[in-house]
Order: sequence, then structure tokens, then C-alpha cells
Amino acid sequence: MTSTTKSNIVLDVSGVNKSFGGLRALTNVNLQVEEGKVHAIIGPNGAGKSTLLNVCIGRIRPDNGHVVFNGETLDRHQPHEINQLGVSRVFQTPEIFADLNLLENVMIPAFAKRDGAFTFNAIRAVSAEKELREEAEEILHDVGLYERRNHLAGSLSRGDKRRLELGMCLIQKPKLLLLDEPTAGMARHDTNMTIELLKRIKARGMTKVIIEHDMHVVFSLADKISVLAQGTVIAEGLPEEVRGNPRVKEAYLGEAHG
Amino acid sequence: MFGNLSRQDWVMFLGFSAVVLLAPILFQPIGAAYPAILEKFCIFGLFAIGFNILFGLTGYLSFGHAAFLGIGSYAAVWSFKLFTMNVIPAIALSIIFAGIFALIIGFISLRRSGIYFSILTLAFAQMSYNMAYSVLTPLTNGETGLQLTLKDPRIVDAMFITPGTGLPRTTLFGLEISGGGLGGFYFTAAALIIGFYISMRIFRSPFGLMLKAIKSNQNRMRYTGFNTRPYLMAAFVISGIYAGLAGSLMAAVDPLAGPERMQWTASGEVVLMTILGGVGTLIGPVIGAAIIKYFENIFSGFNETALNSVFNFLPDTLREPIVKLLSLFVGEGWSLTLGLVFMAIVIFLPGGIMEGVRLIASLFKKGGNGNKPAVSGHAQPAE
Repeated sequence: MTSTTKSNIVLDVSGVNKSFGGLRALTNVNLQVEEGKVHAIIGPNGAGKSTLLNVCIGRIRPDNGHVVFNGETLDRHQPHEINQLGVSRVFQTPEIFADLNLLENVMIPAFAKRDGAFTFNAIRAVSAEKELREEAEEILHDVGLYERRNHLAGSLSRGDKRRLELGMCLIQKPKLLLLDEPTAGMARHDTNMTIELLKRIKARGMTKVIIEHDMHVVFSLADKISVLAQGTVIAEGLPEEVRGNPRVKEAYLGEAHG
Repeated sequence: MFGNLSRQDWVMFLGFSAVVLLAPILFQPIGAAYPAILEKFCIFGLFAIGFNILFGLTGYLSFGHAAFLGIGSYAAVWSFKLFTMNVIPAIALSIIFAGIFALIIGFISLRRSGIYFSILTLAFAQMSYNMAYSVLTPLTNGETGLQLTLKDPRIVDAMFITPGTGLPRTTLFGLEISGGGLGGFYFTAAALIIGFYISMRIFRSPFGLMLKAIKSNQNRMRYTGFNTRPYLMAAFVISGIYAGLAGSLMAAVDPLAGPERMQWTASGEVVLMTILGGVGTLIGPVIGAAIIKYFENIFSGFNETALNSVFNFLPDTLREPIVKLLSLFVGEGWSLTLGLVFMAIVIFLPGGIMEGVRLIASLFKKGGNGNKPAVSGHAQPAE
């Protein structure tokens, strides 16, 4: 059992409720993510997984309950402030700069990391930012898109857009990386490549929360799994514990494995 | 400081400057080489360059930029009336006033995006226009417009110069600006070249890149850690200052200011100029401005006599119907031609004239070195 080692809680979601009209999307959700771990959230469609991530990045305000990141309560924070604290997110539908080239796409988050939420930097030229460009090129190597660095991001396939977005998050070296189905829409080969990439980042000690449908991905990456169904956490534990849990089988795995 | 631009950019900048400075010679064949029209090219080119920093880079379409043009003109004329006929203080005053108004209007309008932003800016401009017409008459002289008079104090000038008999002309330390001489043209040309240089630096800077990224995906910008509001504010104020500067130059070459300068048609015109030339390109807006002003001033002067002399070589039976048909499109029909040209461009070349130029250039390149994929060219639409 690895849970005996002393660990820090990076992300602490406690008692979060959220309703949209009459629909209860999240009911008293609690989630503790430990530093340096990969925490997977699984669950059937409509279970509230994406809503939970939206609450974490300030896109949606919870009706009540709190999200605490590294000791800071995120209730009143704007999305850009949450990012500046060290939270980056890969979205379910890739959010990239379609009209800009890949290199620019990856350099922009690096500017945010270096210069903060607003800097009026109209004197230097982008081409003079050698360090940031080299950093961006390295990241593009990591995600396997370096050869296409001068292409427009909008011209990429969906799977490649996803990897680009991952690169855009990685260059910020976030303390917490939120991944919403990072391998959806990818061919098996690309999925394996992404898993390898995520394993490599794990070695760098980046904490991750990952939403994933692909059980192959979940069980090859996750240190801990929370199962969400109908807006509540119905099970939580190490991968092998969750795999054996009858409630989980009923709610989710049963469906997936037919 | 100068080393940050690429060689390609320097070539473009020097080429642009050369064309502007040689315009009195180059534009001779098309009949647009006299100072009054060349000054218009420069002033509206500058207006469009500034507008493009907002619309081209961030995608926020302002329908009220003529307000800043008008404010710049009024501020400049007041400077001529109260202080001195020197244009430098007039320009400084215009920039300050346009900047302050842009801050206020931007602060309110930028709370919304898309069509709501456009409508808010339009509302502000129409409000300024109507106020200049009515309640602000003491400041703007209402419908007649603000003009110089012999009774103006001109405090600074009065200390050094004994006034002549007629109305004084605007000057740049002795060099006459108003009055229709080449001095006025070279002054506006210098302003255009400086304005172009600054716009180029903004396009190539991290600030410019952030504005392009906001246009591309503002949500991603927020979740990437950027506070987008101050970026938009900065772009709005910069483009407002460009408009104010253009307004003050209008007053410098012809020292009067009227409320019609702020009307929505004037705001719409700069949108047309930018789209016609190429939104988000560096040179496009200047070309668009020159074309529209050319149509308005030169093309509108073509009449049947001129057409007859062009088609003199044809037999009369053929010439008459051709001249009758074409006369619909020239002279007073210039706006019909401009409208057709504009429609054709928007439908076939959404990137404006600059997209056409790029297409032709890439055809030539393909002929030269096989079919090399033009990837980097697409990524940098500003070239």
C-alpha cells in the first residue's frame, strides 16, 4: 500500500453542489488530489465529470461548497487568475488558436507564464524571444508536432489538435493539469503515444486529474480513481480496488465491458 | 531597437515609404498627384491603419471610430484658435483628447463583444455627433463648424508674430502646412510613415500576437492565464489615438472641423477601407483608403466628355452606346462602381486586395520553384 507515505493535497474539492435549473449536475462532491499523483475520474456519460472540471477552473461557480487549490480558495477567482496560480486544462473539444501556427500556439501560453496576465510588450519583436521559442520547439518535439510547427493549427486533425493543446498546457509547467478525455478521437497508435507522453510528465512530478473513457488509458496511468455517477462520487480508491467494486461494475464498468 | 524587424519587414517598410514619398510623381498618370488628394490618401490611410489595429488584430468591429476623428479635429482647431498655428501642439492636444475619449468609450463598450460591442460604439459616435450639432454648439459651433477667425486670441503666436491681414496658415515652425502646397502633403506623409512603422512594430510584437490570439480564441486566452480586457483596452485606445491623429491632420491641412466628420457614414467608411484593402494586413488598409478616396475624388470627376475622348478611336455608332452605358458607372455613378468592386472583393477575395496580391505572388512563385507548400506564407497573413 503506497497510501501510507505522507502526502500533500494539491486540489481539495469539498461539498460542491451545482444545479442547472432543475437538473442536479453535482451533489455534494468531495475530491482530494494528492501532489504528484494521477487522479482519474471515470463515470458514465452525464455523470458530471466535465462540470466538475469546469468548477475547478472557474468556468462554472458552484452553488455551494469550495474548491481549494494549494491552500487558496478559488471561489472568487477569474479563470485567468486560476491559471496563473498553476492550473492548466485540456478541453474535451480542443481549444486552440486555429488562425495561428503551431509554434505561436505553444509560445502564447509561455508568455502568460513568463509575463503574467497582462504586459504591454509592444517594443520587442516575437522573433527576438529566442528562449521562449526554443522552449516551444522542445515541447512540440515532445508532442510529436515539431515538423509541422509552421502549419496553421486549424489545419490539424482532431487528435493532433488535442496533442497541441496538451503541449500548450505543458509549456506552462502547471502545478495541476486537468485533462478532459485527452485521447478521445485518437487512433490507437496516437493514444499509446499520448500515454507514453503522460507517463514521462508523471516522472517530472506534475499532478494530474484526468477524465477518460478509455479504460486502457485509465489503468495504465492512474494512481487513484474516483467514480462519478449521477453527480456524486460512488467509489474511490486504487485502480485494483475500483476494478473489483460491485457498485462501480453496476454503474459503469458493467456497461463498458458489456 | 531597430534590429528586431526581419529583413523582409525592412524591405516592405522602405518600399512603402518610397511609394508614399514619391506619390506626387508616381500618381501622375492616374490624375491623383495634386497635394489635396494625396493628403487625403495619407490621412485616411493613417485612420485605417489605426482602425486595423483594433479590427484586424482583435476582431472587435467598432462602428464609431469617426467620433475620435471628429474629436481630434475639434481639439486641433481649438489649439489653432487659442494658442498657435503651429501643428505640433495641435497634434499633441488631439492625441490626448482622443486617447481620453477612447479610454471612456472603450471601458464601457468592451464589456460586450461581437455585435453588441459594435452597437455600443455606434451609439457613442452618434451621441457625439448629435451633441456636436446641438448642445455643444459653444464648443463646436454647431452646423457651421468650427473655423478660424481674425478675432481668435492665438496667445502664443501673438507674443512673437505681428498678425497679417488675412487668416493665418498652419505651420510647422515656418513651413506652411495648410494652403494646398506640397508642405502639407509631406507633413501628412511623414505622419503616415511613422504610423505605419508603429503599426508594423505592434503587429510583430508579443502584444500584437496576444491580440491575434484573442481574435482567434478568447476563451483559450482566458484559460491560458491572460486577462484579455486590458489587452483589448490598449488596442482600442491605440486605434482611437490614430483616429484622433488623423482628425488633427485633417484640421492641419484645412483648419476647420464640422460635426459631419463624426457621422456614422464616416465610421462606416473606414470599415469599408479596411475590408477592401485586407483586414489584418499591414498595407491593405492604406490601399483600401487610397482606393476609396480616389473613387470619391477623381473617378467622380469623369464625365461623358472624358469618356468620349477615351473611346475616340471607335466609330460613332459603337461609341455612343458604350459611352451611355459606362457613364452610369463614372461621374456621379462612382458609388455604384465602388459598391460593385466592394461586393466582388468580399465575395471572391474575403481577405481583400492583399489576398489577391498574395494569390498572384504565389502563382509566380509556383512557376519559379515547383510546388513547394506555401505553409509559412499562410501563417503570416500580415505579409
